[in-house]
Amino acid sequence: MKFGISKEPINIQEVIDHVVQRNAGAITTFIGTVRELTKGKKTLFLIYEAYESMAIKKLEQIGTEIRERWQGAEVAIVHRVGKLDITDVAVVIAVSTPHRADAYEANRYAIERIKEIVPIWKKEHWEDGQEWIGDQLEKVSYPEGKPEAKHLDE
Amino acid sequence: MNNVLFFAHLKDEVGAESLQIEAKGKSVLALKQVVHDTYGLSSIDSVMTAINEEFAEDDDVIQEGDTIAFIPPVSGG
Repeated sequence: MKFGISKEPINIQEVIDHVVQRNAGAITTFIGTVRELTKGKKTLFLIYEAYESMAIKKLEQIGTEIRERWQGAEVAIVHRVGKLDITDVAVVIAVSTPHRADAYEANRYAIERIKEIVPIWKKEHWEDGQEWIGDQLEKVSYPEGKPEAKHLDE
Repeated sequence: MNNVLFFAHLKDEVGAESLQIEAKGKSVLALKQVVHDTYGLSSIDSVMTAINEEFAEDDDVIQEGDTIAFIPPVSGG
């Protein structure tokens, strides 16, 4: 699947294979992994939950936005759901473009947009409790928003 | 009738993933008020809403059969 939600471990090579194209001079791959320490607090494991049908649509929308902004780009994104342990892969984004600068930029754009518009939530479990995490960009809503370059540095 | 979906902390607070609510003709804001009053979900006021898997505004009007989802701030990635 080019844009998908996966209950099983993500096959990274398969995501990359979706963006292989003869006109590409570069493929960038972003692999988001589960971190143990957040602000000094130790995470034991995470649960990711998605509104799957809408999440896939929004991942596809990100792909469309990227193809509109970066000429010749191809994109594939797969996000994992379920219980993830420390170091597990939560998301894989592959972007290919004719030139490397665009591949880096467009890939960065994809992960920032995921954190804005894709209905996926994580619940952190610690030794002393658990909590659904939200609003990591410290904003509340971003309906159809345009490319938000200003968010990229946050 | 309308299928109304809850996710993340909203699901925990309501105690269900979905509810059947008659919301035809109501605005999104009016439905939020119903959910707020009926289930004591005060945090509903600050979440996004989707109608049929597209983000909606508070003044959008719900039609018969629409699927409504309340979308808390997302935390994927």
